[in-house]
Amino acid sequence: MRVKVLMGNTAVAEAVRMAGVEVISAYPITPQTIIVERIAEMVERGELKARYVRVESEHSALAVVYGASASGARVFTATSSHGLLYMYEMLWWVANSRLPVVMAVVTRAIGPPWNIHSDHQDALTVRDAGWIIGFASSVEEAFDMTLQAYRVGEDRRVLLPVMVALDGFTLSHTCEPVRLPEESEVRGWLPPREPLPFKLEPGSYFAVGNLGPDEVTMELRWYIWRAMERAKHVIREVSADYARRFDRSVHGLIEGFRVEDAKYLVVLAGAWSGDAMEAVDMLRDEGYPVGLVRLRYVRPFPVEELRELASSVRAVLVVDRAVSMGHMGVIAGDLVSAVRGKVTVKNVIAGLGGVDVSPDDFKTMIKGFIEEYESGALDSWFYTEWYMPWVRRG
Amino acid sequence: MLRELLILSRGGQGGVTASRILASAVALEGRWAQAIPEFGAERRGAIVRSYLRISDRRILRHSSVRRPEGVVVFSSRILELIDVDKVIPVDSTVLVNSPVKPKLEGRVVYSVDATGIALKLGLVIAGWPVVNTAMASATAKVFGIASLDSIVRALGEYFRGKLLDVNVEAARIAWGEVA
Repeated sequence: MRVKVLMGNTAVAEAVRMAGVEVISAYPITPQTIIVERIAEMVERGELKARYVRVESEHSALAVVYGASASGARVFTATSSHGLLYMYEMLWWVANSRLPVVMAVVTRAIGPPWNIHSDHQDALTVRDAGWIIGFASSVEEAFDMTLQAYRVGEDRRVLLPVMVALDGFTLSHTCEPVRLPEESEVRGWLPPREPLPFKLEPGSYFAVGNLGPDEVTMELRWYIWRAMERAKHVIREVSADYARRFDRSVHGLIEGFRVEDAKYLVVLAGAWSGDAMEAVDMLRDEGYPVGLVRLRYVRPFPVEELRELASSVRAVLVVDRAVSMGHMGVIAGDLVSAVRGKVTVKNVIAGLGGVDVSPDDFKTMIKGFIEEYESGALDSWFYTEWYMPWVRRG
Repeated sequence: MLRELLILSRGGQGGVTASRILASAVALEGRWAQAIPEFGAERRGAIVRSYLRISDRRILRHSSVRRPEGVVVFSSRILELIDVDKVIPVDSTVLVNSPVKPKLEGRVVYSVDATGIALKLGLVIAGWPVVNTAMASATAKVFGIASLDSIVRALGEYFRGKLLDVNVEAARIAWGEVA
């Protein structure tokens, strides 16, 4: 194991190389572009024996790896924001065809106004298609999650595409130390993709996703539903195995931070979780019994873990970087349904469009939440507030 | 302890690479670092901000640096183009690439002639003196971030062959001359 200082984008490319990916499709979009550029260099230098396909749009980028995955190849592509939205139709083709595809989504706000900075609206907007969606919180985790995505998605108990989300710029362009395993160790942990029972190749063709009876559509969705349930177990198993093999401390669907004896919980996902953890540390020093749960995966949603943790606290604060307009923050909406009114939930929307949120900002939010609860100002159901300290109220 | 620096350079001068070299040197010494470029569209010639965070333990935060303890300025001309009082905190330490030490009231100022070092070594690309390795080295010394040995080892991750030799030489000269 050697330590190397890498950008998030470079770390993902490095994981793709070590995973022995065979087909990559590439269409550039900021802040993802560096991933496919690094992979192009690897293929050019012969470090990765893969077919690299340049396409004319993101829709085609996903279509290419869809076909390649149906032929049995291990595949990868990457996108961001508008690129992911342009893929929307193909996301369903891939998921409903039960083909393992790994895609990095370097999160970026959706315009207008034109914006290249990170929020989580892009990755969370596509959550219903049938993709497993993980959120990295550090450069090292972006590397780890990309490797784990292949083991999870290709597992025959799962057979689903996996999205690895990493925050644009704050992870994609930030350099941090990464403990890189040796390539041979990775190859031992991640064997080549298991052959499909069928193989789509020149000369032996058949229809994929042809018109069928209505019941087939419903049954296929039910199979995906069940695969997602099994994926919870497979993610826990695969990430724990990876953690043991490569000396990592974090695994599973969530990461708990100072949750022991916590009376209040903060729940969120992504690169800003670390800033919130620092705020939790500061508040613990001031005597506030607060802990934090970072969602490593939002699909499948860690219902069991959250239900258990929420049952022992007074109230939960969900900080969301994406909104379902007309309702509430995306993760808060999911969490409320998971804990079924067992606990008071407050939801704060923050950091949209890449607005910088510091540990001090988190401290303000969390302290405000605890004080509101203790003064009886939070009622027994949930409500949503927007954190915009630059806007003068009243 | 968490330490935070701001690097001000012109797009193309290698300010971002300098922060990465410093992060690599810190990591080689077994500590934690983050090299963070300005989150925007970089243009050649424009003033570019990049940041360096270092700590003895893993850095959790990823938000931007708001109050750096020190500022590294890759061209003294930048000082004329920015609102110094807004960008460079009073009481901070400032390192400037300049043959003469500029005066900045209320700040402790160091300088090194990184451009002169680059020109002397023929370290010029597309007409631009490449000052980033000299500045990285001087930064490491002024702020006590990493040893010269670690800087030299870190350079090996970014350059090869003859280019590496010249950059190592620039780093050594800057380490000796910064004051």
